[in-house]
Amino acid sequence: MTIGLVFLSLLMAVIVWWLFRQTIDVQPWQAQVVGPALSGDAPTPPAAKMALWVFLAVATSLFVLFVSAYAMRLGLADWSPLPRPRLLMLNTALLVGASLAMQWTVHAARRADRDSVRQGLIASGLLTLGFLAGQLFVWRQLNDAGYFVASSAAASFFYLLTAVHGLHVLGGMVAWVRASTRAWRGSDPASIRLGMELCATYWHYLLAVWLGLYAVLVSNGLGLAICSSTPL
Amino acid sequence: MATYVAHEESDFAPPAEVGEPELYHPKTFIGKYIWSQDAKVIAIQYAVTAIAIGLVALVFSWLMRLQLGFPGRVGFITPSTYLQLVSMHGMIMVIYLLTALFLGGFGNYLIPLMVGARDMVFPYVNMLSYWLYLLAVLLLVASFFVPGGASGAGWTLYPPQAILDGTPGAHLGIILLLVSLAVFVIGFTMGGLNYVVTVLQARTRGMTMMRLPLTVWGIFMATILALLAFPALFVSAIMMALDLTLGTSFFMPALVSKGQQVSHSGGNPLLFQHLFWFFGHPEVYIVALPAFGIVSDLISTHARKNIFGYRMMVWAILIIGGLSFVVWAHHMFVSGMNPYFGFFFATTTLIIAVPTAIKVYNWVLTLWRGNIHLTVPMLFAIGFIFTFVNGGLTGLFLGNVVVDMPLSDTMFVVAHFHMVMGIAPVLVVFGAIYHWYPKVTGRMLDDTLGKIHFWITFVGTYAIFYPMHYLGFMGVPRRYYAITGTNFIPDSAHSLNAAISIAAFVVGAAQMVFFYNLAASYFRGKAAGGNPWNATTLEWQTPETPPRHGNFGKELPVVYRWAYDYGVPGLKTDFIPQNVPPAEVPAEAWVKAAQPAGA
Repeated sequence: MTIGLVFLSLLMAVIVWWLFRQTIDVQPWQAQVVGPALSGDAPTPPAAKMALWVFLAVATSLFVLFVSAYAMRLGLADWSPLPRPRLLMLNTALLVGASLAMQWTVHAARRADRDSVRQGLIASGLLTLGFLAGQLFVWRQLNDAGYFVASSAAASFFYLLTAVHGLHVLGGMVAWVRASTRAWRGSDPASIRLGMELCATYWHYLLAVWLGLYAVLVSNGLGLAICSSTPL
Repeated sequence: MATYVAHEESDFAPPAEVGEPELYHPKTFIGKYIWSQDAKVIAIQYAVTAIAIGLVALVFSWLMRLQLGFPGRVGFITPSTYLQLVSMHGMIMVIYLLTALFLGGFGNYLIPLMVGARDMVFPYVNMLSYWLYLLAVLLLVASFFVPGGASGAGWTLYPPQAILDGTPGAHLGIILLLVSLAVFVIGFTMGGLNYVVTVLQARTRGMTMMRLPLTVWGIFMATILALLAFPALFVSAIMMALDLTLGTSFFMPALVSKGQQVSHSGGNPLLFQHLFWFFGHPEVYIVALPAFGIVSDLISTHARKNIFGYRMMVWAILIIGGLSFVVWAHHMFVSGMNPYFGFFFATTTLIIAVPTAIKVYNWVLTLWRGNIHLTVPMLFAIGFIFTFVNGGLTGLFLGNVVVDMPLSDTMFVVAHFHMVMGIAPVLVVFGAIYHWYPKVTGRMLDDTLGKIHFWITFVGTYAIFYPMHYLGFMGVPRRYYAITGTNFIPDSAHSLNAAISIAAFVVGAAQMVFFYNLAASYFRGKAAGGNPWNATTLEWQTPETPPRHGNFGKELPVVYRWAYDYGVPGLKTDFIPQNVPPAEVPAEAWVKAAQPAGA
């Protein structure tokens, strides 16, 4: 739970800093026309972006808790790690590729370059699907090697963590479909750009989460981990 | 009548220009009232669903009290049934009633109106949030009827017993419950994103964060807590469901159950307790913070006095929210934890008393020398202060490790948490309904019936829960079907239990007065007008009552002042709404010497 506490402390620090800015030198009981920082005057980011960031905080809380649970379970005596599926490296590369493709698409959308946007969407979509297929294939390999969900705690956590991450990627594909529909229907460039920016943020986030999980899976240099250094 | 002093153009803010709102305008009855995207309709849907399932839990508590007060006289309550009643009563009241009602109900209705927005920022997601909540409730109800019945594991669902043979509902019942909880969390996250983003992004011109009514602050912070804490419930529900269905061993140790070695091995039941209480303790404040916010507004409005220490109240809400994440293990003092952990968690627990006490002092100081109108909402608000202080003080007992050890799992704990997070927030719910019902329906609730309802509920709940502290001191355990063959519990405890049960029946029945009042006043209540309480906040300044879809007229209101301009010194009228510019307060409204420059 220490990891959870660190995450929450960081988040609380952000909230306290923000609230401090709202309250410092403000006298709420004074009626005045031009209050400091009238909302509606300052250009605010689109609500969808704010919502995405709030959602990312919630998702982070979810992943942090899963990893905390793993960290607590790890200390117990019966921990026996899995072999390390080699394919994970390739999958990681695919997800990095998808994230880069998304970023490239955002730049294309900012130039309102419709063809590049479509190409970028196809590329990132294929790479992401490749990542998901790769993850399923890893499951298959582990299953064939005799590591089922219930066969050991390490296997349970392997399947659990990859499944939760995979489901979030799958959820991202819904946003990808919506963004693609806009791109192919030829909606106005501003809405395409917003959609792409949201997708890109989410993809980068999922990549960061995956890198964190990947470190958790293979961190046996630091101690016990889900996967040993034996390759599969 | 009023002559206005000459004023500069700069005394007015330009009107809040918002683009033609992209509201989905329903055309059919079904579109308007069933698949509605209007936050106000969604709020009513949330509230009605929550109260309906809450009534089921009320009936469950009656049945429990029937068994406890008159053991053996009621044939149909078996030990298994009793455990199921206990578990479902707790689960429903905490999650499906209070959380849904405060955030889904009051949050949806009040946030857009109070911040001066047309609607939530994502109306469609908001609608989905309600339908997922309804699905969660239906799944929960379905679990009563599957073979084996609902789960009887207690609302805390501790493994290993929750999913072992011998616990009622250990197979199908608990699966449905866990799925229902997961659906609830997903639905809530959708709603919660809306509440947070609406407060951050959709405030009207002039509505700075420091001009928000405390109701909005309370709901806002509670939503943030819930968004961060509910994932812990989600994680524990998922992992327990996997233990049960796929045979993993996250929580299940190797053990012998009913003479059989179970197939699990190596899991850690304490891990579940950590995860559960990491959600469970913030949950207390998810319920309490909206109650704190609402009660601040009720007290200020009905005492015609500005809230004492507004900024301190906001900071107290934030600090309580932050601290609520670092106290969870005080629910686990008896789990054999390292004594230093116990010391840490006892300390953080006691520290929470500081911001909480600040809030209580501020409420009392708001009342002090106020022009107190003993309306029904005010009665409930004052009742809340008493009850919350009572429940909070027993919390100080239980927060200390040495005192908690003997009292753990006794009726004292039951009495404590019912006072502090059962009765106290419910009193606020009632006060809030009496306060905002005129805005929701356009009619006042009946005052006499309201006072009958208040006094029976207030006195009655003390008759129920005060004696329970005493039972707890005697060592009467909670969750026991019947107490027989013990020497340490005297006969008087049994007669006390019977008395508690009778009080519980009376209080439960008194709620029917309230429901009659809700129904009858809808048709025959006195017409309320737009602002029956002479309140300052924006929801009372809407052009129509009840407000239409879109809340305000053509232009959104512009806010010039905080929400607490009641009894402004030197002003002859006793309130100024938030959207009245300083220049529009007529000169003769001021006592000569007190008139501010420029007004």
